[in-house]
Amino acid sequence: MSADNNVIISVNDLKKYYNGGEVKALDGITTDIKKGEVVVVIGPSGSGKSTFLRSLNLLERPTGGTITFEGKDIMSSSTDINKLRQQMGMVFQHFNLFPHLTILKNMTIAPMKLHGLSKEAAEKKALDLLRRVGLQDRAGAYPAQLSGGQKQRIAIVRALAMDPDVMLFDEPTSALDPEMVGEVLDVMKKLAEEGMTMVCVTHEMGFAREVATRVIFMDCGKIIEENTPDQIFTNPQNERLKSFLQKVL
Amino acid sequence: MYTKKANQILIIGIIALILAVFPMVGTACAIFGLIVAARNKNARTLIRADVGRGLSIIALLINIVAIIYLILFKQISHTPAWLMSLREAFYATKFYSDFENNFITDNRYTFIRKGLGVTFEVTFFAVLLGIALGVVVALIRSSYDTLKEELKGGFGKAILFILYKICGIYLTVIRGTPVVVQLMIIYFVIFASSNNKILVAVLAFGINSGAYVAEIIRGGIMSVDKGQFEAGRSLGFGYVRTMAFIIIPQAFKTVLPALANEFIVLIKETSVSGYVGLQELTKGGDIIRSRTYSAFMPLIAVAIIYLLIVIFFSWLVSLLERRLKNSER
Repeated sequence: MSADNNVIISVNDLKKYYNGGEVKALDGITTDIKKGEVVVVIGPSGSGKSTFLRSLNLLERPTGGTITFEGKDIMSSSTDINKLRQQMGMVFQHFNLFPHLTILKNMTIAPMKLHGLSKEAAEKKALDLLRRVGLQDRAGAYPAQLSGGQKQRIAIVRALAMDPDVMLFDEPTSALDPEMVGEVLDVMKKLAEEGMTMVCVTHEMGFAREVATRVIFMDCGKIIEENTPDQIFTNPQNERLKSFLQKVL
Repeated sequence: MYTKKANQILIIGIIALILAVFPMVGTACAIFGLIVAARNKNARTLIRADVGRGLSIIALLINIVAIIYLILFKQISHTPAWLMSLREAFYATKFYSDFENNFITDNRYTFIRKGLGVTFEVTFFAVLLGIALGVVVALIRSSYDTLKEELKGGFGKAILFILYKICGIYLTVIRGTPVVVQLMIIYFVIFASSNNKILVAVLAFGINSGAYVAEIIRGGIMSVDKGQFEAGRSLGFGYVRTMAFIIIPQAFKTVLPALANEFIVLIKETSVSGYVGLQELTKGGDIIRSRTYSAFMPLIAVAIIYLLIVIFFSWLVSLLERRLKNSER
């Protein structure tokens, strides 16, 4: 719809109903995500934030509405969703590293099998990425041997190894011990500074305020307020947002 | 740091096995291997040390049997008088006359030997068939569960639905009827015109085992965290590749004990092949019994052979299990 060439994901009237409309997890979400933007989605539990994020790469199948990614309707049957997902990195709350593979193999399996990279090229790239997050010495370890913070940093670079155009973060720090939150947020901050387009569901208000270019506040499956972090945190308009911020800040 | 000791234990085990041609030396070597293994318990954290210890035990058993054979039966030019009298005494026992009657007269041991071969043959091919069928059925059933949302109707979904239903019927029928009955139906009804008993047994036990393997593997697939599937899909892997690279390897590890159990059951289940006249191990022992009218020797011999096979197989599986545990350190 938007003629703006910078729009990378365009969401229009997105709906996700359960039990035939009884439960409305998403109730008409419309928004555009532009190249280089860092969009942080906040909201109370059950507001539909995660469902919204997971709809963007079709891990959840929406009930209605459209999502366009780089000009392609992702829900159309002629679209190869596996190809599109290669362009969208995803980071999960519970890391979801592959426990039967070493860190290096976790990071090289997708580039090798999907991009046809040679083993050497994929490993070189993986080691470069590991160096960026300071974990190059853990390449031969298995996920079970790492701390939560380390696992999540690996999960981020595993997604980056596919050279995605967008990174989706689904509460990346919610399952971490408090002292490990910082190391993961640092990696995400660096990524944002490098110009990566990011959509991030999080409860880290500090991160939202500092790194986001735009904050979306959701409740009951709807976008209630959408603005720059500055406006959201210092000058909230909606009553629901005000009471939410009072509780979390 | 225990690598050196572990290597030693492994090498001693292999040597002990080879030395079984000289039973005295072989026994000494096997015992030496066991002592080294016992004194270096730490080395057994490495699988190869455990393999070496296992080989030593096997070598010890073989050697002891060989020594007993040498002492009691081997004809040498100058057999000492004390050995002769020992032999005379042994030959006079009821145990020996029973043994001779059941296994040596008319080369009756060949019933056991040939039967063992048939049991191995049937089990081996039935296991292969069981795994192949089981994996296919498990994949069809679990993919229908996960893909019925993704495939929005159309041809693919219809095919999958039909296959899903066929698999359901297969599981119900096979698990709902006794394997002996299935065996007899295949032999007397379906293959009534053919007399290839081994093929019939392979088919019957393979098809039967496949149903149980299918449910074991499906259980394993379902036990893998849903997040693993999502992680695979979000990287861009399709359904098939996510299953192949991410889900199945993890599922295999969880189901290995149950799968091993299924194959132990299968080995022993082949003993009912006698119903269609296939001369496998049990039938072999039974034929001896029917000729000699003594039940103890042949049946105990058959039981011991099954027991040894199962112990050996369980040991192999435990090694494989340890190998797969690497990622949990």
